[in-house]
Amino acid sequence: MPAADTGLADLDRLPKTETNVISLLDDRGSLADGFAELLTPDQIGQAMRLMLLSRAIDDRVTKLQRLGRAGTYSPVHGQEATVVGSALALDPARDWMVPASREQPAMIRHGLPLDRLLAGYMGKINFSRIPDNVRLLPRNQSIASQLPHAVGLAWALKLRHVAGVVLVYFGDGASSEGDFHEAMNLAGVQSVPLIFVLINNQFAISTPVAKQAAVTNLAVRAAGYGFPGFTVDGNDLFAVYAATQWAVMRALAGGGPTLIEARTYRVGFHNTSDNPKDYRDEVEVTAAVARDPIERLRKYATGVGAWSTDIEIRTMKGIASELESAYLRAVAVPRPGPGDIFEHTAASLSTRVRRQRRQVKGEEDNG
Amino acid sequence: MPSEDDGPTSTHDASILEAIRSALSDEMERNERVVVLGMDVGRLGGVFRATQGLQSRFGPDRVVDTPMSEGAIVGASLGLAIGGMVPVAEIQFLGFTHQAYHQIGFQLARYRFRSRGRYHAQVTIRAPFGGGTRTPEFHADSLEAQFTQTPGISVVCPAFPDDAKGMLLTAIRDPDPVMYLEPQRIYRTVRGSVPNGDYTVPFGVSRVVREGTDITLVAWSAAVHLCLLAADQLAEEGVSALVLDLRSIVPLDVEGLVRAVVKTRKAIVVHEAPLTGGFGAEVVATLHEEAFGALDAPVARVASCDTPYPPGALEDYYLPSLDRILLAVRTTLHASG
Repeated sequence: MPAADTGLADLDRLPKTETNVISLLDDRGSLADGFAELLTPDQIGQAMRLMLLSRAIDDRVTKLQRLGRAGTYSPVHGQEATVVGSALALDPARDWMVPASREQPAMIRHGLPLDRLLAGYMGKINFSRIPDNVRLLPRNQSIASQLPHAVGLAWALKLRHVAGVVLVYFGDGASSEGDFHEAMNLAGVQSVPLIFVLINNQFAISTPVAKQAAVTNLAVRAAGYGFPGFTVDGNDLFAVYAATQWAVMRALAGGGPTLIEARTYRVGFHNTSDNPKDYRDEVEVTAAVARDPIERLRKYATGVGAWSTDIEIRTMKGIASELESAYLRAVAVPRPGPGDIFEHTAASLSTRVRRQRRQVKGEEDNG
Repeated sequence: MPSEDDGPTSTHDASILEAIRSALSDEMERNERVVVLGMDVGRLGGVFRATQGLQSRFGPDRVVDTPMSEGAIVGASLGLAIGGMVPVAEIQFLGFTHQAYHQIGFQLARYRFRSRGRYHAQVTIRAPFGGGTRTPEFHADSLEAQFTQTPGISVVCPAFPDDAKGMLLTAIRDPDPVMYLEPQRIYRTVRGSVPNGDYTVPFGVSRVVREGTDITLVAWSAAVHLCLLAADQLAEEGVSALVLDLRSIVPLDVEGLVRAVVKTRKAIVVHEAPLTGGFGAEVVATLHEEAFGALDAPVARVASCDTPYPPGALEDYYLPSLDRILLAVRTTLHASG
């Protein structure tokens, strides 16, 4: 077991289901013995808030899209424990996050301001720029393309002897792309400090994971690249956090990459252009809703006194007001103009492109 | 820093390959963030030996033999650049950039734009290309025009040792990505004087490599040398041909192109890529837009055939030849009366 390389032996201690899925917090909100100290009450409260905020963002931006005030949106609904649990295991002042396109609360936890996140969906392209001090790459709509970028970024940290790890998100569909193989392979060869978080939400738009791969446990693929891979219950904040923390410590100690398959379910639609009723049974969705990651954590947190109805009411009020003011700030930002097509395309523009800019902006063309 | 505009400086004689190798070595010496990565670039020094000696000098962390993995070579280079390194990636042959096309055209070229300037990709991709060396399939294809349709990346094609050095240094220092395409057929055969020391050549500035008054032959990369041969032969027939080396196709030196063609009032364009959709079409369209009144005849294109690249035994029929250039010149001169 590679854990021995880093002195981290606790991975084997993590309880697993009969199908070899790491699971600490069950559907009823009952935590496995010995893990009560894994997250502090503050961290649990922070996780609850981020997950509730995530769902509020889903609702708000979906409504904005229906009103024509926002573009295409992909809700996180159902996957909150996966993205929040993994993000909480990172140090935003040290580690880098490379998102796919459905990890909103993770990006916020890593430092992306809410107004800038919303602005991105509202077409306010300049305002949505990631602030300079936030170690986050932009969302990437070309599935799996971000994986080699994450390898290179982690490689740079290693070459420059900078402490830190990179965590990259991608989905079950992405694991079928060539970039997945190429990135995993290079990451293994160069032993870079990288955590691959495969969010297996059972669908790539409509295609079920069974048609994506002939293996049921996608984590086994890590073996072919020479580093550990394991599956966690992606609706279990504790399991995701514990696994990610293990991988982070291993990477920081020079142990190299880890693949974590977080098994969850995309309760919402693929995006606002999608209607999942066309391709999946409601029975299946109902079963997934019954395994809701927020409800599970709420039960546990309430049981240990880290959460209550009063806290939730206060939190929801705070979220509503935070969301509203972030939205108003994003609304107030002027829409980009035609000249913005040419901004940030290159450090310097060619004569030809400068002329196109004048034409697009309706300025007089003096050659 | 000396550049080509600074007039005479001390020089040495070198081939294109030697100029590339020493430019890489010098820049790695100057900037410890520069890393070279690619297939076989380390101990072997590359299949053409362009990186020979670099690994023993700078170590395996800075001259890295990668897996056979074009997409990851380019994609990881982008990540390395974001992380503060200055990668110079080698793709063994340009024909294999198809296996990295999405990472080049849609990731490297767009990352500054997508991130609204938060990140930029200071990445150079070196790739040899061009025909006439009887290579196996995919090793000779001229794909340069394909990268002109993915804005955000420069496409440069030096044809002489001094430009090979000066443009490689410009590429490595460019904050934005560059496809630096190397003429494999003339890697060793074309020699010339190369300025010593730190020497750069800006992109988007064409070069008149032979003055002339009757017709302009427009080309880049190895085809420039075919045009020089044609110009020699035309001179014997009393035709004075100007040979214009575009050197970079993105950015395109529209002004230099127009200046040369206005002077001779007739032009042809020569390239090794297939005719249809080749960059020659862009050259012709540009002349049409910018210099129509100055043209005495249609601008002819001499290019490879619109067929898959044939086996080496047949490539002489496929590629632009001296005879086809001469025929195009005579036809153009005749058309102008």
